[in-house]
Amino acid sequence: MKTASRLEKVLASGAFAVTSECGPPRGSDPEVIRKKGECLKGVVDAINVTDNQTSVVRMSSIASCVILKEMGFDPIVQMTTRDRNRIALQSDILGAGALGMNNILCLSGDHQRFGDHPSAKNVYDIDSIQLIQTVHRMREEGKFINGQEIKVAPKFFIGAAENPFADPFEIRVPRLAKKAGAGVDFIQTQCIYNLDKFRLWMKGVVERGLHQKVKILAGVTPMKTVGMARYMKASVPGMDVPDAIIDRLKGAAKGKVGDEGIKICVETIQQLREMEGVAGVHIMAIEWEEKVKEIAEAAGLLPRPQV
Amino acid sequence: MRMEYPSNVKIIRVPCTGKVDALYLLKALESGLDGVYVAGCKEGDCHYLKGNIRARKRVGYVKQILQDIGISPERVAMYNLSAAEGPRFVEIAREFTEKIRSLGPSPIRTGKGREIPRPGETAAGEKKPEGEHQAA
Amino acid sequence: MIIGHRKPLEEILKMLEPFDKIILAGCKGCVAVCNAGGEKEVGILASAIRLARKKDGKDIEVKEITLERQCDPEYIDQLQNVAGDHQAVLSIACGVGVQYLAERYKSTPALPGLNTDFMGGSREQGVWVERCQGCGNCVLHLTGGICPITRCSKSLLNGPCGGSSKGKCEINPDVECGWQLIIDRLKSLGLLEALYEQIMPYKDWLTSRDGGPRTITREDMRE
Repeated sequence: MKTASRLEKVLASGAFAVTSECGPPRGSDPEVIRKKGECLKGVVDAINVTDNQTSVVRMSSIASCVILKEMGFDPIVQMTTRDRNRIALQSDILGAGALGMNNILCLSGDHQRFGDHPSAKNVYDIDSIQLIQTVHRMREEGKFINGQEIKVAPKFFIGAAENPFADPFEIRVPRLAKKAGAGVDFIQTQCIYNLDKFRLWMKGVVERGLHQKVKILAGVTPMKTVGMARYMKASVPGMDVPDAIIDRLKGAAKGKVGDEGIKICVETIQQLREMEGVAGVHIMAIEWEEKVKEIAEAAGLLPRPQV
Repeated sequence: MRMEYPSNVKIIRVPCTGKVDALYLLKALESGLDGVYVAGCKEGDCHYLKGNIRARKRVGYVKQILQDIGISPERVAMYNLSAAEGPRFVEIAREFTEKIRSLGPSPIRTGKGREIPRPGETAAGEKKPEGEHQAA
Repeated sequence: MIIGHRKPLEEILKMLEPFDKIILAGCKGCVAVCNAGGEKEVGILASAIRLARKKDGKDIEVKEITLERQCDPEYIDQLQNVAGDHQAVLSIACGVGVQYLAERYKSTPALPGLNTDFMGGSREQGVWVERCQGCGNCVLHLTGGICPITRCSKSLLNGPCGGSSKGKCEINPDVECGWQLIIDRLKSLGLLEALYEQIMPYKDWLTSRDGGPRTITREDMRE
């Protein structure tokens, strides 16, 4: 093993991995994290905490991860390059290491125009691929970006995100190759509703053998309402929601739309398990975290393996 | 046609309203005129193709300046008619004269200050309640 | 060229409140080309300022001058006979011009009539777009002639991000995704395979504004 990460062990064992995520509160109440963590005990191999997602100020990812670690989880610290320069990023990586974290997910981050402080200065000193390189170099060579030695270098299992549904499609596999070249260990994808397009992307991934270098965790999100599906289709960039999904939700009995959404999610997971190159699933149920256990159970993913 | 139009309307002829610069309109008001309007050919009939379109845009630009400094943007206007439409010419002259009369003399002459409220304020100078302001 | 646009009139008038005798200085350089601060704009702004004052029953003397440029000391010098007689200079050159005036005429306040925006060019009449951020280390030969620092909202060197949709940036459907443009261009140049998967290294921001105010010197040209 390259790190002490539980996720790394599960993936290495060949078992289908399960991760989920947790959105921290817009305040300093640790109970919010603890409650979300409670619903996920025994359900996941690792748990992400988002980093000021959609550029809205929230409790920091590292702080939230500490709370989850205290509960026995193996957290995944998410880091965007939007808000911090290379000095702060390397500093936070050292700190996360000191606090016992084993996983980092490297992202560019949503532009601050989306968030609650659109006037903020835009940092983007380095991009997500350069961040992957940074964490990788720390682990493999024990060096900072400037080449100087790190006294006790942290060893992280390195993740990144990839969106098979963003444009231009033709470079989405080369982009994964680029991240693999930078040293990424695992990828979590944007949530999948269009299985055909995802299959197409996976085909390209497998053709280049990338699935052996990088573990792909396919993203899924249960639809709660028809409105949510429509919103995601129309207003979220890089989101591909086929009309068939919306029609299925519309066809559900009143009060049962959420149940149908969960059913679709479970079916998606079952299909993903059959696909070559898919090493696990990343279940994102932001503000509906209590449903993740139900989904994992229905999809036959429980109990989680002992490693 | 020998029709009569209000004597307070002075005509300045140009070969095309495209010749009218935003500056002429502003200088007209600076000199104390209570209003100035631009009468151009019907859109699509401009002999120079787009002269009257440009004029309209410049009138719009000047209206915005007037709005920003607190003078009624209605003191400048753009009209379109054909050279053959004598009655329409008179109608416009009368209409514009009436409008200016209702606005009163230009504040340039009276020195009485803003004649339109600031954005976000009512005519009485009170701040509009937040909700309304945002709706605007 | 440097692109700017006139500050809101209300803001300019507020700046001018303490004064009744000013110079309004335009510039025949960049700001004339982007219709913000040339001779024509000087005339219009001067008229607007006088109208605004007169409606309040007050007056203001606005001396209208348009200099060749406001970024060369020789041209700024041309105001030396009149600067002292006026209470302030309202400059509608770019921020550089305002600063040159302030530096040269230390006892005459220099006021900015424009908001200076960016380095760019005309896309069509009346529309100007940003193309360069002055990072001091140009990589356009590696990106098909399209700047990733400027055209990508996140200045990614290894883009695009996951928010690129139908060639548009996630921040605004009117903004093109810089990396979509780069990829399309590299493709048409037959360079996509060769260049795309190479990881662009960390940018050295020292050469840009981040490194502090910059000076460029040509020793061979100095007296």
